[in-house]
Amino acid sequence: MARAVVTLPAQAKRGEIIEIKTLAQHSMETGFRRTQTGELIPRDIIRRFTCTYNGVEVYRADLHPAIAANPLIAFTTVATETGTLTFQWVGDNGYSVTEIAPIRVE
Amino acid sequence: MTTRREFLVLTAASLAAPTAAKAQLDPNLAANRRAAFQEALRRIVGDAQVRRGRVKLTLPPLIDNGNSVPLSVAVESPMTAADHVKAIHVLTEKNPLPDVVSVALGPRAGRASLATRVRLADTQTVTAIAQMSDGSFWSDSAEVVVTLSACLEEGLI
Amino acid sequence: MSFGAGVRLLPLAAAFLASARVVAAEIPLGERRSGYELMARETRAIQDDDATNPGMLWVLDGETLWSRKAGAADRSCADCHADARESMKAVAARYPAFDPARGRPVTLEQRINGCRTGRQKAAPLDYESKDLLALTAYVARQSRGVPIEAAIDERIRPFLEAGKEAFHRRQGQLNLSCALCHDDNWGKHLAGSAIPQAHPTGYPLYRLEWQGLGSLGRRLRNCLAGMRAQVPAFGADEFVDLELYLMWRARGMKIEAPAVRP
Repeated sequence: MARAVVTLPAQAKRGEIIEIKTLAQHSMETGFRRTQTGELIPRDIIRRFTCTYNGVEVYRADLHPAIAANPLIAFTTVATETGTLTFQWVGDNGYSVTEIAPIRVE
Repeated sequence: MTTRREFLVLTAASLAAPTAAKAQLDPNLAANRRAAFQEALRRIVGDAQVRRGRVKLTLPPLIDNGNSVPLSVAVESPMTAADHVKAIHVLTEKNPLPDVVSVALGPRAGRASLATRVRLADTQTVTAIAQMSDGSFWSDSAEVVVTLSACLEEGLI
Repeated sequence: MSFGAGVRLLPLAAAFLASARVVAAEIPLGERRSGYELMARETRAIQDDDATNPGMLWVLDGETLWSRKAGAADRSCADCHADARESMKAVAARYPAFDPARGRPVTLEQRINGCRTGRQKAAPLDYESKDLLALTAYVARQSRGVPIEAAIDERIRPFLEAGKEAFHRRQGQLNLSCALCHDDNWGKHLAGSAIPQAHPTGYPLYRLEWQGLGSLGRRLRNCLAGMRAQVPAFGADEFVDLELYLMWRARGMKIEAPAVRP
């Protein structure tokens, strides 16, 4: 089932700056909300997002409860070489999602 | 002067769930959150001076819903090995926690930017700080007005 | 209107009544606007871009479910309906639709469950469950840009009339009707938000308030709770009739599913 979606071009010119948009399906429970009977709902969020390009980390975001549910993270990276972009989301309660996208650079 | 009814209500409230009541009735809430913001800022920049400029923080001035507010940060920088943005931090002064997001990046990013969606608890000022490769800090702030929509779901489920 | 004995108050009362627009008037077809137009530019941008629209997460789940075999019949939606992009085009634009077997109109969700139980021999999906929302979102997405159809025949007319009556009926502790806000006072502000005309062009939609995707049924339940009125269960006949009326009221307007709303 779609736990995350990544949008980026399939190919680019060498040196071109490409836009990457990512969406992850996650409630990002803040830890500040209470149930109808007053109990605190425990925090459950995505803590870290990383993008690696042929194994090299090119972007990293540390998230806090103030990031909205189903988080969008959009950024850019330079198309340096053909290869694979790996996107990883890691969070509380063992949450871990990885998406892979190929890129052709000429 | 407190009426007898008010006195009884206050007593009942103070006996039931004291920590929860304290959190909600904390008269120092605003001051505490501002202090937390200052502390978070200090954690990021240490003793360095934070200059205004080079950073552009974009938020809608009047937002539809505080649960999900589109936010973007762009920093002027050549993003070369010699001169680039190392990190972007976003902070708030009225949320329960001051930190929103911290990004680590470098010349591989091409442009120093971030677009995401954030939760804002109240009408307030949001601050974005860029940490440069030369150790300097730059910032921008934006004011947002947060309203509450009608016909909500609370109490229904 | 005549005021009989209270003649002294006549000018004041008449002025008040004239300004209060007591009689609910249907919005002229040319003046109908989607709630999309009341949103901030930035929120509209979220809806317009599939890469940023959180509703797309559910649409993609629906795409996966479409091909998944289910039930005792071990059939998937695809086994009968092939490619949804072809077979489901314009479908959401003509729901609720009359179901001869039930002798009344049904919503898209109810039709999907009809297939689940009747064709796939599987248990129906719960209202507002992740899977039902995903399938509904996936089907509705195939109607994006298609104008809402409102083919009313004699079989469905009584249900449309029932929905229209419900829309205009005063109810709840605040004695409000849907029409009072959404026909008479759309565009004005209530608690800091603009009142939309309430056209269901974007359902199921991602509501920022819910921080998730939800159906029109969920939204209607919110409305009634907000009006301090009795809230029928999901899928209740009165809801389906009301949904039918709302879609008829929005006839010709384009489907936006999955929309984003505050």
